[in-house]
Amino acid sequence: MLKFIIRRSVQAVLVMLGVSFVVFILLFLKGDPVTTLLPQDATQEQVDQLRRDLGFNDPLPVQYLRFLSKAVRGDLGDSLFESRPATNVVLERVPATLQLAVAAFVLSLLIAFPIGILSAARRNSFIDYLGRILTYVGQSVPVFWLGLLMILVFAVNLHWLPTSGYGEFKNIIMPAIALGLFTTARTTRLVRSTMLEVLNQEYIRTARAKGLKQLAILQRHALKNALIPIVTVLGLDFATLLGGAVITESIFAWPGIGQLAIKSIGRRDYPVVQGVVLLVAFGYVLINLVVDLLYAYLNPRIRYSK
Amino acid sequence: MSSTQQGQVIPAVIIPAESSREISGVRKRKSWRYRLLRNPPALSGVIILVAVVLMAATAPLFWPDPNAQSLIDARLPPGSPDHVLGTDDLGRDMLARLAYGAQVPLLVSLAAVIISGTMGVLLGLVSGYFGGWLDDLISWLANVQLAFPFILLSIAVIAVIGQGTLTLIAVIGLTSWVVYSRVVRGETLALREREFIEAARALGVSTSRILLRHILPNVITSLTVIATFEVARIIILESALSFLSLGVDAKTPSWGEMLARGQQQLSVAWWMPTFPGIAIMFTVLAVNLVGDWLREELDPRLQL
Repeated sequence: MLKFIIRRSVQAVLVMLGVSFVVFILLFLKGDPVTTLLPQDATQEQVDQLRRDLGFNDPLPVQYLRFLSKAVRGDLGDSLFESRPATNVVLERVPATLQLAVAAFVLSLLIAFPIGILSAARRNSFIDYLGRILTYVGQSVPVFWLGLLMILVFAVNLHWLPTSGYGEFKNIIMPAIALGLFTTARTTRLVRSTMLEVLNQEYIRTARAKGLKQLAILQRHALKNALIPIVTVLGLDFATLLGGAVITESIFAWPGIGQLAIKSIGRRDYPVVQGVVLLVAFGYVLINLVVDLLYAYLNPRIRYSK
Repeated sequence: MSSTQQGQVIPAVIIPAESSREISGVRKRKSWRYRLLRNPPALSGVIILVAVVLMAATAPLFWPDPNAQSLIDARLPPGSPDHVLGTDDLGRDMLARLAYGAQVPLLVSLAAVIISGTMGVLLGLVSGYFGGWLDDLISWLANVQLAFPFILLSIAVIAVIGQGTLTLIAVIGLTSWVVYSRVVRGETLALREREFIEAARALGVSTSRILLRHILPNVITSLTVIATFEVARIIILESALSFLSLGVDAKTPSWGEMLARGQQQLSVAWWMPTFPGIAIMFTVLAVNLVGDWLREELDPRLQL
């Protein structure tokens, strides 16, 4: 197990190195990073000044190593717009995004598990059709459109909920639904298909033959075995939610890192954009690592195979 | 579902072997058309898709200019005499722009799928067939790629290099290869050990020929299914980027761009954000339905 942990951790570190390189090199996509950072009407002196200040005259590998060694210590330079450390600008937005992602995640679990399990237990019943329609629609509706429609109906026409805002419970309802719908659809589908697979196994038939009640079979025998593959995917889904929050946040003016990223791109505040991308990628890699280790812990076959 | 269909009597329509091979890839199957007709969800998916493609292709015949505006006719509600679906805040016909607006998502998703598919297949073949450090390298690349929140990466790249149709295709195409490479790698790993590959190797067939002529045809069915679902994903992604005004320029009609315009007119013209969203939803739904059907037909074991 220890070997597995070390190997997986080294892998995660290597991936983060790759991510940091891409984030670093993005600035150079257009050739001169200074033209990307400065407005178009900047004077030659400003250009030279910034180039000296940020060390763009050094060779690329030197610049990357400098970027990396600072980034590891949490220093991404100052935000060009707010003239304070970009890391702080990004970090103070994290709680809002986490709140939204957790709300969407919980919502999707609350809907996906009952519907998924019931659909599998009673194939071709009403609830199964409902579940299937939900998964199709949920995977086809664009988040931003759903958001707009909800604003139109519940805020503009019915005045039940505020169009945007932050801090109160009623503010999080629409963003959480909008963000969570896609995950809900995917999880429902996953729960249903995994449960179907498990329910077809021999030991379920044995349990039935023993005369166990349907509920006991579902709870004790089927769900427990179905959970392992589901949990693996759920971890990644949560990571997807963090990234997917970008659009939801910008529709509902939710003060999280997604909205910050879009705003910062508009203002050419590149250190902040780098910070958001790095942070979300880091979250993804970390969640991935934890899920893998958990999986290995729960399923010894993985642990010993390599 | 397939088990009940197998027991059914096949109708007296004989489909030439050639066309059935053409559609179902490698495996020879009879009467896929019959099965399609008996499968309402898949059939409706196909019909919607054909309708959307026709609409996009024939739009110029009905409306010479999607941006023809007349401010007197601004924000006419749906059902107005000359404008069935109403007009937007500049008095442009909604239906015309919806029809034109299908062009960008369709074009971008097809082009991006071709780019990412080719990339993913090549990387997957190489990493599955050769293994070793090449496999490690490609797996590492895939993990790095996956770590990026997709939409954020696209936004960041577009913000740096500027927007446009080509940028959109390049960004989406170059960052969507992982799904293909993962599946192709797995299947190549299994195929590599099979006798017919060994036989080809013994005969002295070159490696590139083994990869392209002997292995690739065996993974084509999975690729078809993945590509279909990717089209659906990319249509949504393109709309999202256009919605954030990072897609094509503002003059070219695109569903996402229309939605963004509609957002500003939300309280006075409900139809402006509503119709483009319906168009996106039904198109994506249709592609997903077709994808599910293809999976059932071609590769029921494929897990995505």
